[in-house]
Amino acid sequence: MSPYEIALTKKERVRSRIIAVFGLVIVWNLLWGEFTWMNIITGALVATAILVVFPLPPVKFGGRVRPLWVIAFFARFFTDLVVASFQVAALAFRPGLPNSAIVKVKLRVVSDLNMTLVAEAVSLVPGSLITEADRQTGTLYIHMLGVEDADHVERLRKEVLLLERRLVRAIGSKEELRKVNAPVPEETSP
Amino acid sequence: MTLENVLDTIAAVCMITGALLSLAAGVALLRFPDLMSRMHAATKPQVLGLLLMLTGCAIRIGALVDITTMVLIAIFQLATAPVAAHMVGRAVYRDGHTRKDLLIVDELAPDADKFTEVSPDQSRQTPGAPR
Amino acid sequence: MMTYAAVAVTVLLTAAGAMALVRIVRGPTTLDRIVATDVLLAIIITGIAAEAAFSRDPTALPVLVVVSLLGITGSVGVARFITREKS
Repeated sequence: MSPYEIALTKKERVRSRIIAVFGLVIVWNLLWGEFTWMNIITGALVATAILVVFPLPPVKFGGRVRPLWVIAFFARFFTDLVVASFQVAALAFRPGLPNSAIVKVKLRVVSDLNMTLVAEAVSLVPGSLITEADRQTGTLYIHMLGVEDADHVERLRKEVLLLERRLVRAIGSKEELRKVNAPVPEETSP
Repeated sequence: MTLENVLDTIAAVCMITGALLSLAAGVALLRFPDLMSRMHAATKPQVLGLLLMLTGCAIRIGALVDITTMVLIAIFQLATAPVAAHMVGRAVYRDGHTRKDLLIVDELAPDADKFTEVSPDQSRQTPGAPR
Repeated sequence: MMTYAAVAVTVLLTAAGAMALVRIVRGPTTLDRIVATDVLLAIIITGIAAEAAFSRDPTALPVLVVVSLLGITGSVGVARFITREKS
């Protein structure tokens, strides 16, 4: 059995299907522009048809949603997005060429969902870009723009781990939470 | 000053800021030395630029039916932009277009073999493959 | 006042689009051109949104939904092709 395959129990499978249908129904309603019973029913039919024809890859979601932390996550994310956008835009107009670095960050929670979400959030914030990702070990190789020196690299690495912590706090399980609440480990040099 | 004036001003500010971010992307495309840094400045501030432009649009139009459409545009843009950036970024590194002299550290270089050697279960594996 | 804003946005977006075009022409690699094309596409999306805002006319918005969803297929496809070509 390859490490990519995730065994899901029947209950988990049903649960992830329901979440998928729910999401698609919301998209359908947004497309029509209003939430009506007609839209919800037709949306559910279309979503079921789509999921039967194009089944989603199994995603293990063991945690639960903590609304306050979700809000905190998004608030911080959008702040980062705005601040970093202007920083990077300013780099374009400033004379001189910016330095960059490729940083290896080993995530503490190794799961497809966690890795995907962290990677999405990291790469949406300007100035960082996922170059490679190793699914087996949960390692992200992040290209960062506007890095000044080695200290700055460490700070940026810590930022990513803190982002992971915020994400796990928002949607992670208890066990994952314990992992990320441990102090950020000192990175051994490669 | 009426409410409409205030709203129009906010919308105008949002839209001009959005356009400025687009301009920054254009300048970065022309000025930056290597492909990687160009990608950063070119693709990311655009996302915020588009979000700002849509905010301005939502304020100006103000009908719920259209605002839901704009929410969808924003969601799709946020979900797809990183995928394109990652795919292109990976190709850039693997093709060796990175300027090594501008890199302070390169922690990918020691592990690069792991990725460039194409094995059936490394990069080609599609997550949705039947089991 | 909206007219001034419209002029400003048009000028800024046109300049940005022109720079992206220059990069598409100059290259030098295919990847440069993909990145520049991506930027040009984003500028076009921004421009259409701006037009919708200024004329208060939401007709073009559904187009943006499609473009923002399918915009990545081009760059992902070409990037994929280039990486595979090398190996």
